[in-house]
Amino acid sequence: MTTHTLSVLVENKPGVLARVAGLFSRRGFNIESLAVGPTEHPDVSRMTIVVAVDELPLEQVTKQLNKLINVIKIVELEPSIAVRRELLLVKVRADATVRSQVLETVHLFRAKVVDVSPEALTIEATGNSDKLEALLRMLEPYGVREMVQSGMVAIGRGPRSITATAVR
Amino acid sequence: MTSATSRPTPAAATPGAGQSARPKPAPPSGTPIRVTGAQSLVRSLEAVGVEIVFGIPGGTILPAYDPLLDSTKVRHILVRHEQGAGHAATGYAQATGKVGVCMATSGPGATNLVTPLADANMDSVPVVAITGQQSRALIGTDAFQEADICGITLPITKHNFLVTDPADIPRTIAEAFHLAKTGRPGPVLVDIPKDVLQEQTSFIWPPELRLPGYRPTTRPHGKQVREAAKLICQAKRPVLYVGGGVIKAQASPELLELAELTGIPVVTTLMARGAFPDSHKQHLGMPGMHGTVPAVGAMQRSDLLVALGARFDDRVTGQLASFAPEAAIVHADIDPAEISKNRRADVPIVGDCKEILIELIAAVRAERALGVTDIAPWWQQLDEWRTKYPLGYEWPEDGTLSPQYVIERIGAIAGPDAIYTAGVGQHQMWAAQHIRYEKPGTWLNSGGLGTMGYAVPAAMGAKFGKPDTVVWAIDGDGCFQMTNQELATCAIEGAPIKVAVINNGNLGMVRQWQNLFYSERYSQTDLGTHKYRIPDFTLLAEALGCAGLRCETKDEVDAVIQRAMEINDRPVVIDFVVGKDAQVWPMVAAGTGNDEIMAVQGIRPLFDED
Repeated sequence: MTTHTLSVLVENKPGVLARVAGLFSRRGFNIESLAVGPTEHPDVSRMTIVVAVDELPLEQVTKQLNKLINVIKIVELEPSIAVRRELLLVKVRADATVRSQVLETVHLFRAKVVDVSPEALTIEATGNSDKLEALLRMLEPYGVREMVQSGMVAIGRGPRSITATAVR
Repeated sequence: MTSATSRPTPAAATPGAGQSARPKPAPPSGTPIRVTGAQSLVRSLEAVGVEIVFGIPGGTILPAYDPLLDSTKVRHILVRHEQGAGHAATGYAQATGKVGVCMATSGPGATNLVTPLADANMDSVPVVAITGQQSRALIGTDAFQEADICGITLPITKHNFLVTDPADIPRTIAEAFHLAKTGRPGPVLVDIPKDVLQEQTSFIWPPELRLPGYRPTTRPHGKQVREAAKLICQAKRPVLYVGGGVIKAQASPELLELAELTGIPVVTTLMARGAFPDSHKQHLGMPGMHGTVPAVGAMQRSDLLVALGARFDDRVTGQLASFAPEAAIVHADIDPAEISKNRRADVPIVGDCKEILIELIAAVRAERALGVTDIAPWWQQLDEWRTKYPLGYEWPEDGTLSPQYVIERIGAIAGPDAIYTAGVGQHQMWAAQHIRYEKPGTWLNSGGLGTMGYAVPAAMGAKFGKPDTVVWAIDGDGCFQMTNQELATCAIEGAPIKVAVINNGNLGMVRQWQNLFYSERYSQTDLGTHKYRIPDFTLLAEALGCAGLRCETKDEVDAVIQRAMEINDRPVVIDFVVGKDAQVWPMVAAGTGNDEIMAVQGIRPLFDED
């Protein structure tokens, strides 16, 4: 199975998320990551769905999604031609003895500290899954007290816009 | 045969009596009119051309029923159970090709529509359901008779709406009907809170549809059609695999033209019976689990399957891996998601079956000019199967009445112009096998969902849609006990349908499986309708305002059917007491491959030939 990133433009209406999530579960497809947010058009929301399926079931997922009346457009974003980002907030134990080492890791990953207390640091990092996983691996020895991660958002590289043609 | 006792005839003996005399009001104008949400709803229903609504009022839908009383265009049929309303709307839609409409109140009224909506969804029937909902302020508080019907019906409708602003009612109704009948048809539910129905609003017609994500493809791709035509002319063993989409698209004349142009054999699925005349020499019958040996054999040995509005359902394909192993697949359907869902298509064609067939005929004509493969050897094989394994049945050894004979005689006497509905089980399969269908829209059944209890309410809906047509419900004694309450509706509202209860005293199909696969251990399949004659179907019929007849021997069969055909002032129920051991053959056992089709028990024509 391979991972695919789908950008799904939907009508900004109540219940659309339930329709999409329900479709995945009842057709037996697993969502790895899901992020929903507004677009430059107030009537349109954009979902970024990461799904691990083979080529043939992917075609079926896309077709079934397209059948939902509130779904306007679906585009698969290939990793090579898209910018993909996730957001990570992680609270790491960092008292005076290790704080400088933790800060060094933060700088190496171009992350930033967003909150500080005598015994812990809260770090904000963005990037693709690989980068965030690497950061976490580096921070784990110090003790991860709490973490939260967003779903992936993605956008195609270059001047073309997937919303321009889909929304009148 | 026991004869029916007489009883006072209900005032409206024929459906629609007194309706035509009503004055025709002026068409809705284009300027906004101040109305309540409920009036807006009724005006919208009138404007989209609704003639009949099946439903039951209740707390939250009450506001809608007030202006409905004044409507001169929309007739409301008060049913006895919301499930009956839903199946009646489905039967109406399948018989007429129009959108069927049902209405219910919130909570239990709405949840009782769940089964018929799931049924209509599986069989792609255009139905609009309108449900009342608790007032906006109460939604989400677990208020009295509150149910999240939009959430509940999400996976079993084509789409659904919760209307939160009365100004949206006309547009939502217009969108619901548009969605229900276009593209791949299906059920659409519109949920309207009570206070939205009560509020003042303005009604304007026609509204502008706002469906930016809905663009069904109806015109097929020319290149794909030409590719299909090429394969059709080259194939040595082609088969036209016809599904219900051909009936939905009203494409039977075009199908006949293509079949006769090419000489290719035709099989019609359970949903497509009637799409191609049974009397036609190219028709091999129904494929699938209880299909004919020639139809199943033709698909298995085919080198080209041309699927038209069919969806490679598991009851047709059997074990998918061994289905039609040598066949290239041309798959034409309006729903792109059906194409390559179960079986990879070599030539996918998305579009409306009628448009596809029109273009395909032209393309095949052009292709034939360049030469065509001789399919005479193929027909030789098919005719051999046809001669050797015709559809038939054996008279029960215990001398009891044969259910297949009863159904065959109903078909012969009522003829190809009548409409036949069925429940689900043995009687359904026998009705699909032993009645000769010649015209589309004359065979209505629950194919995808397999809903027991479908026959009576669907027949009622069909009769209201086609009042001048004879409508027979072929039902089982199990099915009949699920929804026979609608006979009261039929009797009072004037739908003189004819019901043949094929009463074998058992849940026959389940019993057949217990006989074949569970060592004849008959767990919970004896309904006692033979042993105790509970209920007595003739008395039950009489109690529901119908004529009740009974038939127990072969000699009486024709006479009792004739008698039923003569009774047109009320519904008729015939209790056909038949043997319990009759079985549906041929059969492909569940989970096995179609090559293992048994013509009768132990005889496997395709398997043994190799």
